[in-house]
Amino acid sequence: MAMKFEKKGEGVYALDVCGYVCPHPQIYCKKSLEKIAEGEVLEMTFDNPSSAETILQMLDQAGHDLMEKKNEGGKIVFKIKKG
Amino acid sequence: MEERKNQIKAFAVLGLMILISLLYYKANVYYMYLVVYIWFGLAYGMMLQYGRFCFASASRDLFAAGVPRMAVGILIALIFFSVIQATLAATNMSTFHPAPFGIHTLISGMIFGVGMVLAGGCASGSLYKIGEGNGTSILSILGISFGQAIFVDVGGPFLKLVPDSWTASTAAKHLPADKVTSWFDYYLTGYVWDKPAIQLSHTPAFSNALPGASKYFIADALISAIIPALVLIIVIYAFYIRKGFIKKRSKQTGKPAGLSDHFAGIWSMLTASKRTSIMGVIIGITAGLHIFVMKGMQIKFGVSNFGTLLTKMGHAADTSAWGTVFDPGYWYITTQEGQFGGWVLDKLGWNMRDNVFFGLNNGLPEPWRNPALWMSIGIIFGAMIMSLMSKEFKFKLPKGELIVWGLLGGTLMGLGSRPALGCNIGAFFIRVAGGDPSGWLYGIGMVTGAFAGVKFFNWWSERKMAAEMADF
Repeated sequence: MAMKFEKKGEGVYALDVCGYVCPHPQIYCKKSLEKIAEGEVLEMTFDNPSSAETILQMLDQAGHDLMEKKNEGGKIVFKIKKG
Repeated sequence: MEERKNQIKAFAVLGLMILISLLYYKANVYYMYLVVYIWFGLAYGMMLQYGRFCFASASRDLFAAGVPRMAVGILIALIFFSVIQATLAATNMSTFHPAPFGIHTLISGMIFGVGMVLAGGCASGSLYKIGEGNGTSILSILGISFGQAIFVDVGGPFLKLVPDSWTASTAAKHLPADKVTSWFDYYLTGYVWDKPAIQLSHTPAFSNALPGASKYFIADALISAIIPALVLIIVIYAFYIRKGFIKKRSKQTGKPAGLSDHFAGIWSMLTASKRTSIMGVIIGITAGLHIFVMKGMQIKFGVSNFGTLLTKMGHAADTSAWGTVFDPGYWYITTQEGQFGGWVLDKLGWNMRDNVFFGLNNGLPEPWRNPALWMSIGIIFGAMIMSLMSKEFKFKLPKGELIVWGLLGGTLMGLGSRPALGCNIGAFFIRVAGGDPSGWLYGIGMVTGAFAGVKFFNWWSERKMAAEMADF
């Protein structure tokens, strides 16, 4: 198990923190958003439901845009546009 | 199809809990005392999972992500629980008892705070996360269980660290010599037991000024819990929410912010995570109801400890030398896990009854006759039902670094809960709401420890991010 942060294309980044529990998903989400530029997109995949509630509030407070939210058999995918 | 399968599993778990309860009832009506713990545990588990209610995330998410939802949720729960606690105390229906007050509480809180951040969940949070299928939390609970059990029993070279004053104080209490053998025994009997246990309503200042039942509402609820909780809500708003909220608000209205805008900001913070805040209210009320029902069971069976009922049922070997078992009478987490660890070690041949913790105070019941342990099992199953219903259950084996964090964090939580006689629930939440200032001391310690834990994880994750970004 390892955290993966990669550039998928122009202005699109992927963060995979499946297997990680609190606080790792929320910390990695925050740090990834700090690394990318405004308007760029972060696709985050995680499977720790407790982190979702915190991440949602973090995005709202910081003014980022949650473009898409999916739950695929326990795997949660957030598509976030940095605001 | 998957949804249907999950629903069937959830009902199967619920059916199992009903079956277990009926079997206990059939075995002996006295076990209804234990069954009450099972069902309150189940209720806590469902609420904790739905509200993502974890004390670790209260300070951790605030420091790591600037998100106050859990800190706010806990403070809301505290306000509601304190009012019910006061009502129960006023009607002589409370099982609450304050704990010895001293610097040990603060230090323990700090150790616990570091542990809960490393483990990814507090003592109650780790239990509900097991119910979500989280393998790392199983390791945390094992760390809590065995960390405590070993800590309370080790003597040998550690006895050299016992100060003379503790030895003298212990000797003056004339306890059975074969039960005072570990460092923790001297710490407990020669130090902690000599510390004052304070409940604001029972202090001369409040009991003289506030005769009758009002002292419970004013001293224990208002002064100990509600005012500090409200102050903390304002402080959290001022430091984490105010700037962003007022900026947004001023942009919309085009006017400078006034007092009403700040009230609107506080309200938006309280309602930002509805599921956490609503669960805060319900958990607070349920924790109060739990005390009421336990007191009712004690009155019904004419006992003050389940050990008496175990003895009546022919299980005196489960109890301590004083005929008691751990039976808190309210929501509590860590001691029962310590008993589980102690029970396993005892079965493996380690004499775990030659100490004060198990031998004199809490006993070492078989796990299936341990009332508080059933509460913990109830939390796991309650969370499992909830996570299955919301398609969030997923079994995840702990891997890589999480094995280290889970075990290390759990062990630190065990070591940080035992010297303070409780964890985030027993040493903080219950005490603060009951008018015991040692609860805040533990809380300050927890937050300080969590801050250190977050600093460490920030550094750790920054390193890993840098390695990942080296490629682009």
